[in-house]
Amino acid sequence: MTPLHRGPMSWLDRPKNVTKIYLGLWSFGAALLIADLVVHRRAEAGLDGWFGFYGVYGFAACVALVLAAKLLRRGVRRPEDYYDR
Amino acid sequence: MIAEVPAGLILVAAGLLVPLAPPALRGALGVAAPLLAFAQLLWVGAGYRLELEAFGFTLALVRTDALSLAFGYVFTIAAFLNGIFSWQARRGVEQPAALVYAGAALAAVFAGDLLTLFVFWELSAIASALVVWAGGGPRAYGAGMRYLMVQLASGMLLAAGAGLRYAQSGSLAFEAIGLDSPGGALIFLAFGVKCAFPLLHNWLQDAYPEASATGTVVLSAFTTKLGIYALARGFPGAEPLIWIGTAMTAFPIFYAVIENDLRRVLAYSVNNQLGFMVVGIGLGTDLGLNGAVAHAFADILFKALLFMSMGAVLLRAGTVKGTELGGLYKSMPWTTGLCIVGAASISAFPLFSGFVTKSMIMASAAQEGHTGVWLVLLFASAGVFHHAGIKIPFFAFFAHDSGIRCKEAPAHMLIAMALAAALCVGIGVFPAALYALLPLPVDYAPYTASHVLSQLQLLVFSALAFSWLMRNGIYPPELRSVNLDSDWLYRGIGPRVAARLERSLQALLALSGNAAGVLGRRGAAAVERLHGSRGVLARTWPSGSMALGIMLMLLAFLLSYYLL
Repeated sequence: MTPLHRGPMSWLDRPKNVTKIYLGLWSFGAALLIADLVVHRRAEAGLDGWFGFYGVYGFAACVALVLAAKLLRRGVRRPEDYYDR
Repeated sequence: MIAEVPAGLILVAAGLLVPLAPPALRGALGVAAPLLAFAQLLWVGAGYRLELEAFGFTLALVRTDALSLAFGYVFTIAAFLNGIFSWQARRGVEQPAALVYAGAALAAVFAGDLLTLFVFWELSAIASALVVWAGGGPRAYGAGMRYLMVQLASGMLLAAGAGLRYAQSGSLAFEAIGLDSPGGALIFLAFGVKCAFPLLHNWLQDAYPEASATGTVVLSAFTTKLGIYALARGFPGAEPLIWIGTAMTAFPIFYAVIENDLRRVLAYSVNNQLGFMVVGIGLGTDLGLNGAVAHAFADILFKALLFMSMGAVLLRAGTVKGTELGGLYKSMPWTTGLCIVGAASISAFPLFSGFVTKSMIMASAAQEGHTGVWLVLLFASAGVFHHAGIKIPFFAFFAHDSGIRCKEAPAHMLIAMALAAALCVGIGVFPAALYALLPLPVDYAPYTASHVLSQLQLLVFSALAFSWLMRNGIYPPELRSVNLDSDWLYRGIGPRVAARLERSLQALLALSGNAAGVLGRRGAAAVERLHGSRGVLARTWPSGSMALGIMLMLLAFLLSYYLL
């Protein structure tokens, strides 16, 4: 571990490129939704036969997870040395 | 001849030899012993039994069948990977303890009766506590002590349950047990502690992050998967397991999102993955049981890979706290890539191991009509991608550049990680090889267009949720903190209540002591007054007064004689 010295900027250091990845991910998601129209998906549990079920569920699940975890943090967060005192 | 020795004892013997061997040979011993044990398992094959007369019992020291062999193979592979990963670690007790621990767990898997199981159950508990302590420092000491208490309690429950069963049925055989007897219930609880059932889970998050960079890798492989094996052997199709397992998949992911120590995040995801296996065992179908075994096999490998990558980060950067890391991909590109393979495997990306194993359990839950359970499992699948698949690599290797510039992980660590990564991809690409090891016939095709598409949708939109929350500043930042979990009962409130009780008891004692003191002093004063040197009863009376008294008495007698 050497002290901070910034080398040459890497490709990922530029916010512009991160935005490119972000938009690329959205396009991939959109492509997967379009594929949903083409591929005949075999429903496993009934409701997953709906159009875009997995995409919507995955997005909603993660947002709900993060919001719930933020609430949980309010209740359970303690200083780092809580058990050492 | 070598077939006559239980495979686990090969590792135990190697562990005991390590301290006697010259330092240059110790690394080789840690790699050669698992290879020998693996070869021995291949040689022996299924249907082998080694019995021993002891304590008036016929003990089945070794019993091999497809179920025990599947766990046996992956345990020896994990021990082998650990041998390479910790090649240079010469931390006193850790390497021998790790070998004894792996050997005891391996021997426990092949135990054909409950007494043999108990012996190796306890040996693995003690050896693994030594691995925790080898982390060094007071925190590791405390966590190791709590860990040992919990593991020994599990052993006590197992011994009590086995005793009750023996009294009832006269047999110690370790076959399907069932929940319908008190002995069975105790054994269920003993296995539940090892599998980290909800509320019995916190020993895992408490102890694993306190071990050394190499120690956590070995800890993550054996204890909990031994519990899964024992559940699959003893309680297949026990319905409560479906609900217990479902809870296990869901609740740890909330903690994983807000946890700062990345190895503790992984410990929460151990819990979440065990939940899937427990559900599979509870379903009890061919697909569910096969899925549980297959997922345990895959999980040992990708979890080892993830813990190895975090171990390498701890070794080089000196910390695994999310708050202090970031941008390490510049210094440790190989570790970054290998960590991402582990992350893709645990997240069940197509072509990685989790995709072909976890889906068996999900499919079985759906087929059995457990739609609610299936929805929770799907939520947990998105959640595990979120915290183990994205959070771990993102905060360690990307995020904001922490400015840490360190060396890439040492060669032996990279080799171990690369082998684990190859196995993760190998299972994902050639699932038939793993399916051939499973205890029941497999009728499942993971690579259908439908399955690949639905899984990709789930994962890509989970990733979109993460990046959307991140870019909009909604994602909770990494914070230095301790998050209260069920260990608060015995680390926080428990000791405080005990301390308060002790204080009240002392106060009560002091009070009663005071009361006794006051009574005693008053009593002593009364005695002093009456009998003391000037006390009324201690005075010397003149003999004349005695004569007067007697004369008065005689006079009274005389008078009464005449008058009455």
